[in-house]
Amino acid sequence: MKPPRFHYCSPRILDEALVLLDQYGEEIKVLAGGQSFVPLLNMRLAAPAYILDINHISELHYFETEPDYLAIGAIARQRQIERSVLVQEKHPLLVEAIKHIGHMQIRNRGTVVGSIAHADPAAELPALLTCLDGEVLAQSMHGERVIKAEDFFTGYLSTSLEAGEMLTEVRFPWLAPQAGWSFIEFARRSGDFALVGAIAVLTPAPDDTCMSANIAYLGVAGSPVRARAVEQLLIGTTLDAQTLNAAAGAARDVVGEDMQDVHATVEYRRELASELTRRVLKQAWARREKQEGEH
Amino acid sequence: MATRWFGAPVQRLEDPRLLRGRGNYVDDIDLPEMLHAAILRSTSARARIVSIDASAAWSLPGVHLVLTAQDLGEILEPSPLLVPHPALTQPRTQLPLARDEVRYVGEAVALVVADNRYIAEDALDLIDVEYEPLPVVHSLGVASASDGPLVHEDVPGNVAAHLAQTVGDPDSVFASAPHVMRETLLMDRGAAMPMECRGVVARWDAQDSMLTCWISTQAPLPIRNGLAAIFHLPEHKVRVVAPDVGGGFGTKIMMFYPEEVLVPFAAMQLDRPVKWIEDRREHFISANQERSQLHEVEYAFDDEGILLGVRDTFLHDAGAYTPYGIIVPIITACTLPGPYRLRHYASEFTVLYTNKVPVSPYRGAGRPHAVFVMERIMDRIARELHLDRLEVRSRNFISPDEFPWDVGLVYQDGGPTRYDSGDYQAGLDKLKALLDYDNFPALKTQARKEGRYLGIGMGAYVEGTGIGPYEGAMVRVESDGRVFVTTGVTTQGQAHMTTFAQIVADQLGIAPEDVLVTTGDTQTFNWGVGTYASRAATVAGSAIHIAAVKVREKTKQVAADLFEAAPDDIELAGGKVFVRDAPHRALTLGQVAISANPLRYAYGENARKLMSMKLAGPRPGPALPEERGGPGLEASGFYSPPHGSFASGIHGAIIEVDPVTCNVTFVKYAAVHDCGRVINPIVVEGQVHGGVAQGIGGAFFERLVYDEEGQLINASFMDYLLPTAAEVPPLLVDHVETPSPLNPLGVKGAGEAGVIPVPALFASAIDDALSPFDIRIREMPLHPSRLYELLREAKIEQSASGPPS
Amino acid sequence: MRERDEDLSQCVEECEIAVTVNGNRYERTVPVRLLLSDFLRHELHLTGTHVGCEHGVCGCCTVLFNGEAVRACLMFAVQADGMAITTIEGMAGVNSELHPIQQAFREKHGLQCGFCTPGIIMSVHAMLHEHPDPSEDEIRHELSGNICRCTGYQNIVEAVKLAAERLRVQHMEVE
Repeated sequence: MKPPRFHYCSPRILDEALVLLDQYGEEIKVLAGGQSFVPLLNMRLAAPAYILDINHISELHYFETEPDYLAIGAIARQRQIERSVLVQEKHPLLVEAIKHIGHMQIRNRGTVVGSIAHADPAAELPALLTCLDGEVLAQSMHGERVIKAEDFFTGYLSTSLEAGEMLTEVRFPWLAPQAGWSFIEFARRSGDFALVGAIAVLTPAPDDTCMSANIAYLGVAGSPVRARAVEQLLIGTTLDAQTLNAAAGAARDVVGEDMQDVHATVEYRRELASELTRRVLKQAWARREKQEGEH
Repeated sequence: MATRWFGAPVQRLEDPRLLRGRGNYVDDIDLPEMLHAAILRSTSARARIVSIDASAAWSLPGVHLVLTAQDLGEILEPSPLLVPHPALTQPRTQLPLARDEVRYVGEAVALVVADNRYIAEDALDLIDVEYEPLPVVHSLGVASASDGPLVHEDVPGNVAAHLAQTVGDPDSVFASAPHVMRETLLMDRGAAMPMECRGVVARWDAQDSMLTCWISTQAPLPIRNGLAAIFHLPEHKVRVVAPDVGGGFGTKIMMFYPEEVLVPFAAMQLDRPVKWIEDRREHFISANQERSQLHEVEYAFDDEGILLGVRDTFLHDAGAYTPYGIIVPIITACTLPGPYRLRHYASEFTVLYTNKVPVSPYRGAGRPHAVFVMERIMDRIARELHLDRLEVRSRNFISPDEFPWDVGLVYQDGGPTRYDSGDYQAGLDKLKALLDYDNFPALKTQARKEGRYLGIGMGAYVEGTGIGPYEGAMVRVESDGRVFVTTGVTTQGQAHMTTFAQIVADQLGIAPEDVLVTTGDTQTFNWGVGTYASRAATVAGSAIHIAAVKVREKTKQVAADLFEAAPDDIELAGGKVFVRDAPHRALTLGQVAISANPLRYAYGENARKLMSMKLAGPRPGPALPEERGGPGLEASGFYSPPHGSFASGIHGAIIEVDPVTCNVTFVKYAAVHDCGRVINPIVVEGQVHGGVAQGIGGAFFERLVYDEEGQLINASFMDYLLPTAAEVPPLLVDHVETPSPLNPLGVKGAGEAGVIPVPALFASAIDDALSPFDIRIREMPLHPSRLYELLREAKIEQSASGPPS
Repeated sequence: MRERDEDLSQCVEECEIAVTVNGNRYERTVPVRLLLSDFLRHELHLTGTHVGCEHGVCGCCTVLFNGEAVRACLMFAVQADGMAITTIEGMAGVNSELHPIQQAFREKHGLQCGFCTPGIIMSVHAMLHEHPDPSEDEIRHELSGNICRCTGYQNIVEAVKLAAERLRVQHMEVE
């Protein structure tokens, strides 16, 4: 399966890339890691007239700690983040999510921003960004804008990026120091896309009840789902058995009615969502920094 | 004579080259002026072709040829029916390019040849085909419906074949049996998926009128014969070579694939070499598939768990055509009795056409289905009578003193299904040891206390192997003492370069690395069939042995003359030939070969040394007397087995089922197999490992999913899940060795063994793990979502009728 | 066509590239859509890298790209401009002696048809560089990006263990 014809450009300066994006509008697509994009080209499921290779734009090759978030530039590789001692210490949840992406050969080329831009609802990073209320930075020739995760993912492989825009940075908020986190997905084989995955970040209050909860799912709908209904059930509780049951039950509703495919029925996905919720909440809560509390 | 190399774990001779990336697979072949082909394939499972407009494709720069059916002239004929059978009353084979109708998504409609594959694919996008869709036969259910749509308008009821065989008197046995049960069992489509897709390179040399084709195939000789007939060429002017082949597993045995005719045709039209390499997406929709059968089985047994009779009726999904006849269902019918004393058996099958990719054998070739049915029966008998499952099997085993055991059916080779040797109880005993079977109940109970569900399952089988009609080989000692061996079978990873060398090395007293084996080139050996049905080592190996023995005898004759000794006093060892008690006065094997070829001149070191030795001079009379049987140390050998030889085995596994996600993981897997005498134990074990991995894939990961339009909806490796190293467990392997009396080596086939019992044992293990829910697995393959559904149904049924006693 | 050193800010369909493969520098003009796998195999005639799927799943096409294991079927040749690639042909020693990984595969019968083998060896090479002492589970997990249809993986895992052991010894001897 060979790709269709296209014109190729690989500028070394971001501004030039933005000019090209503006010039070619809908006809141009960005090539970063290519791990999702090139299969589509090979299968001729995508046939853009122009391909913009951003791998030579060195100013996009970074990741930096900001006060509130980890900023990752457009061509930082997944593998770099995975291996970074800094990120392993300061954002272990991100590293855990990345480790679930495909195989090392994929992560050696695949970019963090690329995975976000591709917006596959079964992918790890869009769900994580959604879970953490993260943001992306979109730039065009005409300026830049920050887009919240909840506004960014609009559907299956769809985002709110407009023609002429590209993502240059993604921002993963830090977790509160006392928060516990967990990332669990169920996939058929090592490295496969998840059938369903769940991510939880639970922050204890000073009295060691649950102060805040961030829970998101991958593989349950056309976009990652932030399960606020489930979160609400946990606030103020100690995540006792009854609460967990209620949360697991409520989690079934995050699965969309049309989420049937070769690998799973809707009902089975609901069961997975429920079970993974249970497991993810237990693990996240166990990982929290226990507070002194008023017992 | 004592054998030194037979049975030894010799390291493979083929490896250094392959490890260095110096293999020669068909896509590695690069010829001057070569052009590249791509094929336009039907996007509809059943349609009339209204029109094809290829004008835009022709105009694309870089395109040299566009062919549709109307351009094929004489070669527009249905491909040969490979294995006719009287019961196959409505055989149908494909045209090289579809003319009026397409019958499966993937059927070849047009061929483009261009400067490179990229441009050829661009050209495909420019060919405009107008299809008029017709109703699709997308399942066995639709195929067998009365008044349903037809795959072939002139094949009533979509019935390609119907065959009933009876052994004994099942009807009276059923009438009087204490227990009779009935079940429906389903196995669904899967595919071999070798890592290398198919491919053809064809070169027509007009000056020489020679057609040469390199094809990733398991059987070049029948292709050579077919191409010669199709193109009206003398056979010796057609050469077909199977170079290194990246896995076959049956998929590459199917000749003729349309491409095997189209690509040579295009090469002849263009007078330039043409290469066609299948890509993976094409492979999913045009390389043959297998495995789909639906069985309705009844079985009768007594209170001791003795199986009295079986009546099995099944539907076999042939896909849109039957190029390989009805081999697969015949094998199913003959394999079902297994290692058990089954005297009363009725088997009836109907082969139905469907609008899907045609079916031809895939490793196992109908046996996994049969074993699934019979092993489900054994498990059910055990459950009904509260007996241990292995105990029930033991009670029914044919015992070693009952061989040869005639099953009473006609096998795929037209001969009797007659088991030559075996020791099934020995296999079972070894399996129990490997699995620590007697301690499992304690393990299971402990796990249940922890809320975990462990189960143990097993599957026993007897496998027909080593069928004829025959194979042949030529063995020749060259002047430097190395030995050239050639045969008609092919190699796709089975280490024939090594195992065949071992056989010859033993006879000629040399090391295997001095034996150079060529397989799969019709120019070097003219006779034989190919590698399939677990027959190469048995049939070709035996032929090689026969030829090597002849060469050995001749060597002794020639040496006897030279040393003025008796042939019986001549020894071959360490590459030398000498009189038994005078090893210091030895010739090298190469020198004997030179002596055996009385020319006026001879070249090389060996010849020079020979001159200086004081050996018996020439005698009066012809330099090459008739009794010598020809010059040199060369002989051909052929072996034609009287009928197949029957390997056997029993596998078992301990699994864990997650009761919520219904994921299944292997805790332990053990395989015990008997392939008679073993030429190279590491090669045989490797074959078992690979087969088991495919079996695990076929039980729990791989399923081809077609929709109601006959579209394969998971036509990529993203969604057709081949197991990786993380899903295949470590495998414990042990052997039983019951030599075959049928061939000089005592060997039986081993290539397919690993895959055969896996679906059966997987079902057996899941039933055991989920026994609290009274579940009964009746279908393969499974996947967690489906197991979840089955478990839910079982729980519902259980709460309706109460828990099991 | 563009000049090699200029910014590729104009869009082109063909490009001059210079790629180092196994230490040798190659200069070629290539269509921009030419996949790296096809470039290696058909432009440079390094046919040891195989193509099994072209959708990035099977791993047969694995090569090292600036030392990292990547899927050559998911990259374009133009992306290799100025870069260094190692293929299976670059693994054997100067006198063509087998690399310890290749030797281990030989000894443990870690290959049958040989089609997936080059990709696996390159992946193992990268793996052992990063994890010189992997457990069986880690080996199987790391290998899951390469599919083999012949061996059932058992002997491949044994080969990796043997190779790891030998490379560790070799490493210690050097130090």
